[in-house]
Amino acid sequence: MALLEASEVVAGYGETEVLHGVSVVVDEGEVVTIIGPNGCGKSTLMKAVVGLVRVRSGGVAFRGAPIEGLPPERIVRTGLCYVPQTNNVFPSLTIRENLEMGAFVREGDYRTRMDEMFALFPDLTRQPNRRAGSLSGGQRQMLAIARALMLDPVLLLLDEPSAGLAPAMVSTVFERIREVNRAGVAVLLVEQNAWEALRMSDRGYLLVAGESRLEAAGRELLDDPDVARLYLGGRAT
Amino acid sequence: MLVALLAGLLPFVKMSLVVNGLVLASIIGLGAIGLTLIYGILNMANVAHGDYMTLGAYVALFFAGTLIPALGAEGGGIGPFTFGYPLLVAMPLSIAAVAAFAVAVDRLIYRRLRERGVNVVLVSMASLGVAIALRGLVQLIWSGDVQRLPRESREVWRLPMDVRVPPDSLFIAVVAIALVAATYLVLSRTKMGKAMRATADNPDLALVSGISTQRVIQWTWVMGAALAATAGVLLAVFQANIIPIMGWKFLIPLFAAVILGGVGSPYGALAGALIIGVTMEVSTQWINPSYKPAAAFALMLLVLLMRPRGLFGPRQ
Repeated sequence: MALLEASEVVAGYGETEVLHGVSVVVDEGEVVTIIGPNGCGKSTLMKAVVGLVRVRSGGVAFRGAPIEGLPPERIVRTGLCYVPQTNNVFPSLTIRENLEMGAFVREGDYRTRMDEMFALFPDLTRQPNRRAGSLSGGQRQMLAIARALMLDPVLLLLDEPSAGLAPAMVSTVFERIREVNRAGVAVLLVEQNAWEALRMSDRGYLLVAGESRLEAAGRELLDDPDVARLYLGGRAT
Repeated sequence: MLVALLAGLLPFVKMSLVVNGLVLASIIGLGAIGLTLIYGILNMANVAHGDYMTLGAYVALFFAGTLIPALGAEGGGIGPFTFGYPLLVAMPLSIAAVAAFAVAVDRLIYRRLRERGVNVVLVSMASLGVAIALRGLVQLIWSGDVQRLPRESREVWRLPMDVRVPPDSLFIAVVAIALVAATYLVLSRTKMGKAMRATADNPDLALVSGISTQRVIQWTWVMGAALAATAGVLLAVFQANIIPIMGWKFLIPLFAAVILGGVGSPYGALAGALIIGVTMEVSTQWINPSYKPAAAFALMLLVLLMRPRGLFGPRQ
């Protein structure tokens, strides 16, 4: 059984329909990347899965149970955590408080988990009482991922984790994502940085104009000459 | 620069007005913190905030002036203060009543509007309706006449520099400082307080972190209304009378303090309250006291022209 199964999802904002029936599957422990041009609905798909955007038709099942239509604070309890592309930390809260908020619905003591996060993201340990708003882009991204991991999810949704980061930082972030995945967490990734993302992915989807065009193993998508020419551009994205 | 200017004026100012201003500022501060918290989390300007203060004063009057004496309890003053023990009992009861009222109004009116996705400006307008309705209700129950809390003492303290303060001023300042400290502790130490700050920072991220916005909003009303009720009781003590319009008139300095300090920032609201409170009182040295709020607003405009986000507001 698939871990996450989005089938024929239709969603949008107000009058505009952005997704016209998108289907995506993530299996346990997999890394799956969604690529596609700007405005094709990658981020909207993420938001629809976590409940921030209403699913108008179609379904989203997580661990076999339907979750479409549930409020976000219920969905997060099922073991699916999400890192938005922008505004993904609480700027006026400290690093420690951000992690604490990530564990908001966790019963009992979260401190062990917080220590694990500090071990996984050593950049955060130095000044745990620093306000998140004053962190660099890379540190902020690490904190955003750590916050989402506080609930010990089985699936992590990452919206463009490398956006706006310096090249050196990009590989560090991807390395951390690989580590998270090695610990058994499945990852659904939306990425502009398609080369790097597809290389570490088990499978990839190509999303164009709100429809899934292509589904293939990560390597295959990379090697597909049409995909490479049309959507991967050069390495310098 | 502004600080230097104000400090330069100090030798020409009557100290008693400054002291009075500080007392007024502590009342403004209590109201302004609640107003700014509600704005930060619900994104609405609670125009009824002043009337929550009024309600707080009248509920306290009901307990301290009517119910407790009717039960035959001894009024007896406390030391030099104008009020007696009944007020100390009435204050927490008034806080609880106004907090419950605010939560109920949110359930009945604002939540329904939010759930329908109504524009926040309209929700603020709805609070104007609540303000007017509440004032009418107060007038209906307690009449429009001036009322007074039972008065037990008329002592005045004479301090150096020709400062004369009623002992009540000390009580007002102490209660205000204690509540501000308590608010700070709640916001910085408790899980719900941190969740409130998180929601004010980024509501969507709070939702996907599993924070229940509904509960956060409820506690925001409880805190905001509790602070407003206290401010109302303290204002009743400060001006020694209670009238239905007292809170509504107080709304102007409240908003001035919030805007001056930077909307959404509790520290800003406190700083704004200090500046507005002292300015209002000190201005009476030169201008007619009924123009007090105008002096506060002029200063607010001056600060905003130099610093549009207010003293502590977030960078755009």
